[in-house]
Amino acid sequence: MKIPLIYNIRSVRQRPVSTLTTALGMALVVLVFIAMMALSRGFRAALTGTGSPENVLVVRTGADSELVSGISRETAQILAGMPFVADGPGGRPMVSPEVYVLISLDRPGVGEALVVARGINPEVFEVRQNVEIVAGSMINPGTSEIIIGKSIVGRFANTQIGDQLSFGNRAWTVVGHFAAGGSAFESEIWGENEQFMPAFRGEVFQSVTFRMRDPAAFESISRALADDPRLQVDAHREYDFYADQSYLLTQILNFAAVFIAGIMAIGAVFGAVNTMYAAVGARAPEIAVLLTLGFRPFSVLSSFLFEALVISFVGGVLGCLFALPLNGIVTSTTNWVSMSEVAFAFRVTPDLLLRGVIFALVMGLIGGFFPARRAARQPIIQVARQA
Amino acid sequence: MALLEIRSLSKVYQRDSQAIPVFENIDLDIDTGEFLVLMGPSGSGKTTLLNLIAGLDEPTTGAIIVGGEEVTAMSRRQLAAWRSDHVGFIFQLYNLLPVLTAYQNVELPLLLTHLSKKERREHVMTALDVVGLSDRADHFPRQLSGGQEQRVAIGRAIVSDPTLILADEPTGDLDAKSADEILTLMQRLNREFDKTILLVTHDQRAAERGEAIMHLDKGVLTR
Repeated sequence: MKIPLIYNIRSVRQRPVSTLTTALGMALVVLVFIAMMALSRGFRAALTGTGSPENVLVVRTGADSELVSGISRETAQILAGMPFVADGPGGRPMVSPEVYVLISLDRPGVGEALVVARGINPEVFEVRQNVEIVAGSMINPGTSEIIIGKSIVGRFANTQIGDQLSFGNRAWTVVGHFAAGGSAFESEIWGENEQFMPAFRGEVFQSVTFRMRDPAAFESISRALADDPRLQVDAHREYDFYADQSYLLTQILNFAAVFIAGIMAIGAVFGAVNTMYAAVGARAPEIAVLLTLGFRPFSVLSSFLFEALVISFVGGVLGCLFALPLNGIVTSTTNWVSMSEVAFAFRVTPDLLLRGVIFALVMGLIGGFFPARRAARQPIIQVARQA
Repeated sequence: MALLEIRSLSKVYQRDSQAIPVFENIDLDIDTGEFLVLMGPSGSGKTTLLNLIAGLDEPTTGAIIVGGEEVTAMSRRQLAAWRSDHVGFIFQLYNLLPVLTAYQNVELPLLLTHLSKKERREHVMTALDVVGLSDRADHFPRQLSGGQEQRVAIGRAIVSDPTLILADEPTGDLDAKSADEILTLMQRLNREFDKTILLVTHDQRAAERGEAIMHLDKGVLTR
């Protein structure tokens, strides 16, 4: 392209209103696109962050969620004694048998919603090292104390430290809040296994999670558990188990992002087409001069395409700026596999911003192509007459 | 020696089924270094002839040869390259790109050459110096008077040292004083720099600056 780029950049600045209107149209599309993708990313991040690739999660054979699983105490003990389970401090196996139930809690202004109540032992902090108490204290053994994931603190009633919650026909005292690296654990309520078991289902856990001595040995561990006649269990990499739970919803959100933004993009492209046709029409004498001076039609085409790209780039950057404040905003949805409420934050990542800008540039390219082609294809004598 | 040779040139416009002849079988020679003025009433085909010589339009029949090259036999791509190498244009309405400075407007034809940025700068400043606007290089067209704009346009026309300068009513939009300055500049280009100029005008005072005058009227070209 030999026509100087400054010609197009200054031409764009010459008509700020139409440029900004077109750019704003594209910015809105980019905003919607990024927002929906950030929603999808946030949900996926919450669930993928829930599992560690070094952990194995064991559920009853055929169970695709902890909700429908059941693991006896005996099975949990057998698992704890397996040689591939890593040793924690003091040589204790890094195993966390867990009760998993859904309880209904009052969410002010919304109504009842289901939340995961997870029974734990103190070893959970060794198996899940991203979990930490951020306020208050840990549960005292043998008491009706619970700790609340920080994502649901304040979203549900009676979740502040010192508050009492009623479920499982008992009253439970909130003694602490915990963080878990933004994962779905932060949307759970944790209490002691030995307290939750009698309150809910009796003498069974729903899952057992253990740290592998050798994370590369997962396949052989999985086979060993499947071949053990004493056990009726399926082993999953913990990371994959939770990531799979996000698959359906993230796919739907991704599809919706592309579909809705795609429909909006058609409108934005028409806006760009309109703006660029107007630019080409108004600058026919200038096109004539360029062609007369010896610039080739391809140069004219490239020049006007570049101009459309400049406008769409402005739109893309504006869309990104509009989307940035969404980052970190916490929202929640139902995990369709566990049927529980999962709170998560919008994740507006750099690669998402880049995609937004590329999306805008594609809109500009499509919207600018036909007007640019018209500019380049006009018989030189027709445009020369207007000069 | 003739720089420009026009042989049996005809141009007929087709409007629906109706043929509208502009001129037929025109012959014309312009020598190297000649300053020829082409006059005629509006609609007589002066600009059409100019466009044909520049390769902007195609004749119905006939041939145009410039410097030994048959312009009428060239493809569009060849014509674009030929124009950038050999032809300088001066329009009635200056036709400067409003968003570019005087310097950048004059530089435009050089962007089609292989000259370095430094070489281009030297050429542009020389052209602006010739037209007396080297101190206005950074001005935009809106910051210049009509006469100054036309001088920038002349700078653009001569910056690549073309073989032939084609001027279409270059003083048509100027006041008498500015028009006089432009015509004096064109005379200087012809006399000092030996430029071959074909000036189309219907202004008798402008025509008097040329070395020879031809008239195009009702399709007939006469000296």
